[in-house]
Amino acid sequence: MNSGIKKLSRYRRHRFARPALLVVALISMGATFQVASALPSTTRMETTAQSTLIEEGKRIFAQGCSSCHGLNAEGSGIAPSLIGVGAASVDFQVGTGRMPMADMSQQAMRKTPIYNAEQTAALAAYVASLAPGPDAINEAQLTFERDGNTAEGGELFRTNCAMCHNFAGQGGALTQGKYAPTLMGVDAKHIYEAMITGPQSMPVFSDKTITPEEKLSIIKWIKAAEKEPNLGGASLGRVGPVTEGLLVWTFGLGLLIGIAVWLTVKAK
Amino acid sequence: MKKSERIAGNVAGYVDDRTGAAKWLRKNLTKVFPDHWSFMLGEIVLYSFIILLLSGTFLTFWFDPSQRDVIYQGSYEPLKNIEMSASYASTLHISFDVRGGLLMRQIHHWAALIFMAGMIAHLMRVFFTGAFRKPREANWLIGVGLVTLGIVEGFLGYSLPDDLLSGTGIRIAEAIIQALPVVGSYLAFFAFGGAFPGHVFIPRIFTVHVLLLPGIFLALITIHLMLVWYQKHTQYPGPGRTEKNVVGYPLMPIYMAKAGGFFFIVFGVTALLGAVASINPIWLYGPYNPGQISAGSQPDFYMGWLDGLVRMAPPIETHAFGHTISWNILIPGLIIPGILFTLMALYPFIESWMTGDKNEHHLLDRPRNNPNRTAIGAMSLAFILVILINGGNDIIATHFALTINQIMWFTRIGVIVIPPITFVITKRICLSLQRADREKVLHGRETGRLVMLPHGEFIEVHEELTPAQKFTLTQHEQNRALEVPASDANGVLNPQGLKGKLRARFSQAHVEQIPAPTESEAKALEGGHH
Repeated sequence: MNSGIKKLSRYRRHRFARPALLVVALISMGATFQVASALPSTTRMETTAQSTLIEEGKRIFAQGCSSCHGLNAEGSGIAPSLIGVGAASVDFQVGTGRMPMADMSQQAMRKTPIYNAEQTAALAAYVASLAPGPDAINEAQLTFERDGNTAEGGELFRTNCAMCHNFAGQGGALTQGKYAPTLMGVDAKHIYEAMITGPQSMPVFSDKTITPEEKLSIIKWIKAAEKEPNLGGASLGRVGPVTEGLLVWTFGLGLLIGIAVWLTVKAK
Repeated sequence: MKKSERIAGNVAGYVDDRTGAAKWLRKNLTKVFPDHWSFMLGEIVLYSFIILLLSGTFLTFWFDPSQRDVIYQGSYEPLKNIEMSASYASTLHISFDVRGGLLMRQIHHWAALIFMAGMIAHLMRVFFTGAFRKPREANWLIGVGLVTLGIVEGFLGYSLPDDLLSGTGIRIAEAIIQALPVVGSYLAFFAFGGAFPGHVFIPRIFTVHVLLLPGIFLALITIHLMLVWYQKHTQYPGPGRTEKNVVGYPLMPIYMAKAGGFFFIVFGVTALLGAVASINPIWLYGPYNPGQISAGSQPDFYMGWLDGLVRMAPPIETHAFGHTISWNILIPGLIIPGILFTLMALYPFIESWMTGDKNEHHLLDRPRNNPNRTAIGAMSLAFILVILINGGNDIIATHFALTINQIMWFTRIGVIVIPPITFVITKRICLSLQRADREKVLHGRETGRLVMLPHGEFIEVHEELTPAQKFTLTQHEQNRALEVPASDANGVLNPQGLKGKLRARFSQAHVEQIPAPTESEAKALEGGHH
């Protein structure tokens, strides 16, 4: 071994040593790149359709989103970078009509979506192509009717969600005009995507914090709450005692005083 | 005499021979009460108290006041197999598995809200008409006691089901106890039998809610009514009504029928609310768990103002001698409510000191005829209303697209600025109404009829008031400011010192009014006027 090093050492000041080293370095570098870029090329045939979708998404993005999020979704002073947010985030934000925003208010409001399902999918594919991120949820994954547990979902909801979204998912106020929106009438898919992407003020609930089965239970509970009849009569908005107090002072006491006045007038 | 009449007579005679009740009954059954709708506010409170006793008794048949852990197996699916306290589980049982249970729970809770709202309305009537004046100061104090206990009783009542919302309220109550300097932590440990939440507070507040406080209520309400009976009811001024008589109808049969009927009306309205409007849907809140909280957690309205005060308090704390003094809870949670209720209780004495009025009053004031008192009342209401708004700031924020921070700053500034403005405006309105009264007496009521005189002049016909109307508008006392001597017999200037000066200032403010027209003023006008 010693003799081998000595041999190498003998040639280290050879006049071809430096060019030879350079050639070796360039070849190894080129080979690495070649191997790395060759890896996706094995699936190139299958993703032809995908790349047209990405092209379509890029076109829509340039038209409808780039004025705020930048031509390459790199973000700007008024809007965040979308590199790495994933398809789930796009599907949630665009699918619920939050994006594109109507105005620069405290937070994006849910409204009628501007883009249809295909356009949303194209946008999602484009943003997902920029860098990996959470995938959009498809209907096959939403097996909450089969795999969810309503009561357990309720417990999880009260522990993790009720502090902002209220005990019955009616929504609640946050600071400076921000708010947790109502969860009534929200697609199961969008609820799931909100949990994994944490839109706006909402935290991300990763699969380690709340497992996929638990997420399905939460969705099942929300859907049950949505369908639950108002067992005690008019719900008064399911917002607690404020509306109850309002009703007792207006209708309750108002009616009783009205009757008292009527009784005294009647007596005369 | 018919046979039935003879038998009734014999029974009555038998009872009378042994109790002597006939004389007492004759005297009291013919007792006269004045008639006015605002005198029925107190009745609303009394009847809702009876409804509370009845519906509450029903609820105790199934309610299990225990914090023992149970696994729910009742018929409400979304909570099946969830661990909860026996008190929460039994409340669910009453709501879903006892026939009529949910209706009774809702009637009980709505009756409690009507009880509190009625008390506040009754208190306002007594305040604004000056019914608390001599000799009724003691009854005013009892009333203030009843309001205070009502707040506590209501709070304990809605805490019993041990749901997520009420548990949050109990947690805040614990924080307020802890905020007491030095003794706070010890008191909290004593009340909860150790660290929060522990396993004793539900059984404890149950005893207080169903035994101790209702007992005190019964005693105080009895004294309250006996005093009304003994001191006789106040009446609004009018022709034939004086400080020495009561004009109205006898108890039997008019008021017996009216009060009895009104009881059923109050019960009917409460039952209607219980049947059509959900209240305290504890199954939606979920069982209490100290690790959980819901957005928009609110107390019932009679605690809402207190919550609003705590919410607006800036975060100030002092650390001294190893103790933390949480001014942010101590001031809004204990000191300000203490001052408010003390001032309210002492108001009859404060007013009598300001005016020097030591006379008995059985004729009520029309609120406009005592502008200063009316303005003080309106100012207090404005204060409570502003902090009550802050108590619901999160609900208001989401429903009116406002920000919590805006509402909080509005109320923080408003709580200082709005009450004085309300005072000034109310006083001016009262004085304007007095001017309008004076105008009416002197010139008659504007009829809106325009008449063209033969020479072309248009005049509006004023209709002279009836003598009875004139009397009602002019009978009120003309206040005179308290005379504070500038110097005493020995020539000492301002003998009563600062207190005297202050009293003179208050008295001056209190007597401000528009003089009622006199006989001679009216006569003088008669000659030249239409």
